[in-house]
Amino acid sequence: MARSSKLAIVGGRLAEALPALIGIIVVTFLLTRALPGDPAVQFAGPAADAKSIAEIRKSLGLDRSLPEQFVIYLGQLASGDLGQSISTGQPVLNELVTRLPASLELTLAALLLSITIALPLGILAATRPDTWIDHLCRLVTTAGVSLPTFFTGLALVYVFYYLLGIAPAPMGRLDIVMLPPPTVTGFYTLDALIAADPATFRAALAQLVLPATTLALFTLAPIARMTRGAMLQVLGSDFVRTARAAGLSGRTVLLTYALRNALLPVITTLGMVFSFTLGANVLVEKVFAWPGIGSYAIEALVVSDYAAVQGFVLAMALLFVTLNLVIDIVYTLVDPRVGGEG
Amino acid sequence: MQRRQFLAGAGAALAGPELLPHLKSSAAWAAAPTDTLVVAVATTINSLDLHRVGTNRPSYQVTVNCYDRLLTFDTKTMPDGAVVYDYTKLKGELAESWEISADGLSATFKLKSNATFWDGTPVTAADVKWSFDRAVSLGGFPTVQMKAGGLLKPEQFEAVDDTTFRIKFLRKSKLTIPDLAVPVPFVLSSKVGKAKATDKDPWATEHFHRNPMGSGAYKIERWDPGQQIVYTRNDKWVGGPLPAFRRVIIREIPAQATRRALVERGDVHLAFEVPAKDAREMKEKGSAKVVGAPIDNCLHVLATNLTFEPFKDKRVRQAIAYALPYQQIFDQAAYGRGAKMWGGPSSAPSSIAWPQPFPYSTNIDKAKELLAQTPFKSGFEVPLSFDLGTAEWGEPTALLIQEGLDKIGIKATIDKIPGANWRTVALVEKKLPLHLENFGGWLNTPCYYFFWSYVKGALFNSSNYDDAEMKQLVEETLHLEASDPAYAPKIKRMIAKAFDDVPRIPLWQPYLDSAMRKDIDGYTSWFHRQPDVRFMKPAKA
Repeated sequence: MARSSKLAIVGGRLAEALPALIGIIVVTFLLTRALPGDPAVQFAGPAADAKSIAEIRKSLGLDRSLPEQFVIYLGQLASGDLGQSISTGQPVLNELVTRLPASLELTLAALLLSITIALPLGILAATRPDTWIDHLCRLVTTAGVSLPTFFTGLALVYVFYYLLGIAPAPMGRLDIVMLPPPTVTGFYTLDALIAADPATFRAALAQLVLPATTLALFTLAPIARMTRGAMLQVLGSDFVRTARAAGLSGRTVLLTYALRNALLPVITTLGMVFSFTLGANVLVEKVFAWPGIGSYAIEALVVSDYAAVQGFVLAMALLFVTLNLVIDIVYTLVDPRVGGEG
Repeated sequence: MQRRQFLAGAGAALAGPELLPHLKSSAAWAAAPTDTLVVAVATTINSLDLHRVGTNRPSYQVTVNCYDRLLTFDTKTMPDGAVVYDYTKLKGELAESWEISADGLSATFKLKSNATFWDGTPVTAADVKWSFDRAVSLGGFPTVQMKAGGLLKPEQFEAVDDTTFRIKFLRKSKLTIPDLAVPVPFVLSSKVGKAKATDKDPWATEHFHRNPMGSGAYKIERWDPGQQIVYTRNDKWVGGPLPAFRRVIIREIPAQATRRALVERGDVHLAFEVPAKDAREMKEKGSAKVVGAPIDNCLHVLATNLTFEPFKDKRVRQAIAYALPYQQIFDQAAYGRGAKMWGGPSSAPSSIAWPQPFPYSTNIDKAKELLAQTPFKSGFEVPLSFDLGTAEWGEPTALLIQEGLDKIGIKATIDKIPGANWRTVALVEKKLPLHLENFGGWLNTPCYYFFWSYVKGALFNSSNYDDAEMKQLVEETLHLEASDPAYAPKIKRMIAKAFDDVPRIPLWQPYLDSAMRKDIDGYTSWFHRQPDVRFMKPAKA
């Protein structure tokens, strides 16, 4: 019973995603063409004349009509070809495969860090309203949302790298003296562990600390606030009062009954935070020379690199569909009503 | 601390292996750490082949460092100690010697007989011909640049024998020989090229895009697009003195603040191209060595578009030229890192030096007086545009210009235009009424600058300036030898017209500054504005 309902949810979600994906393909195609810049002019280089611009327009296939370009694009997509990015000179697929893990590793590390701080902080603040810990929670969340990541990142670099010299040089995913570990997952830390190379693991982790902290400070706020709010609400509800009245220990009430119910909105928030962090960490990537997907997409947009923009949006769309699916599944595990437990 | 010592440049004590316990995956680095140079650059290298469609400017450095041309420019030392290329002195890179025929219509080059590509095959005249044919045939920027030197057709190039290469000129031009020393006519292996050519791609651009094969000072050890490029020295290089650094790591660091922190901390040896503000601060603070020189034949200008009604009137343009707060712009946007281009002594140029200060300086009364003579005496509104990509100087400059124009009743609204769009609207469609422009000519002659920016239809003539006499003067002088008695008077006339008509109002001639560790030497400023790492060396203790 439970299993089949879960499968139905998964199947339903997947089916719902299909039209969305088709829509995304059409809309990104049209939107990129609506960008104000002219890629042929951009890539004709300095000192190009009208003739050479026309030659480049032809070689990029931009002299064809929009429907023609769209059909060609669909044909390429069907064969798994996302096209060639003109701004980086690499196939878009290669770029996504190398850059997405970099962004994911950073984002996931940041989220892990922010959850380990935000959840306890939120719970403590909810159980002890208006005490110092509640004020601390309020301070941290306010600071977290109001400090731009660019600023936090630069401030951390200034203090821990420039002044104190304890952080490694902010030069990307690995120190220049190191070589990346053999690719398995694309996450340098995991790959280094798989390759049983503790030195590379330490180096990759060291590079990760400052940018992940920057992002964690930013993502901490919504998670902590949502935890606190949800906990307050649940703690004030009837079933908690009943549980307390029934003489259950404070710990059981808090963690088994209250927290589990409060987690649902927190997970929803987490999903949202994850998605906007992945897109919004461009500035962090810039400060730390992190070769991630955000900075790639921005560069591509600036120079009207159609293939790269389309590939990026498509990859993100797929990622979000997967993410929402995962969240739905997690729901069924956490929420007794959805999971049909017991 | 280990890596700082590890990189501790040249001359300093070598970091022993005991300091580098975890280098098992990077034995190659550990081998000889002190001869590695680390350079931070801002922008992404997107191809290893300059001739290919879509190759961006930052990629030109690969051509500079990894390929040879027939000729190159010599260098000279400026009074402040900065080393810059010398446009007036050419020397052989692949060519051992060259001579111009008696009739002046061809040049014959003798190649260095011991020059080899990295794969060991000798560089022959056939390779030079194939590479030149490629540059004039592929279209796009390389073809345009070759054309500037009068190199248009494959029939002009002849491999006489293995080491003799001849170019036939279509006309005599002083630009032809210098054009052989710009990055474009670099020499690739024709053997590899022909083997990798396909019907769709007869010049093997897809192959050379990722797999260069040249004879230059450095080879590509690895290229991680969007992250870094690593050069290894070609010990058999014959194009010049062997570079001091065996390995060079070019790291892409997008944020300027990070690049500055890295060079100040000493984790990179050279931060290429730093903004004027940082250059001045680091110089004053002494936290890094800043070396820079004015970029030849380059000006930051305020361009007035003659298709915009008020700017059709010369007096309006002159009024604007008198209304600009030059000194303030120089202090607050250029941070003093530039050559002043205002306050010239006379409206009749005394020399053919270019660029030279225009005879305008801030004089609001005069500006008002000029404007009062026109139908626009009560002022008008105009958008003032600049390229977001050059916001570092463009933004403060635009704000100060806005303030200056306000004093004579012209209301300028600031309009920031992003990347790709800039070239389209400013240079191709030429429809921005008032904007900041910063063309710089690779070939350092005044007529070359005028050819690109004062002739109707020329790409950088974003002012739509159209003057029959100017056009004729440019045509007459572009190819003329500077030693010709007719040359100087015509150039003076051109400059005098530019003074008087002011479609482009020069603000200053910019510097290209780079910051480096104090133990690094040999930085050279080039017209192509790319890092040439071949001359970099440890400073003598």
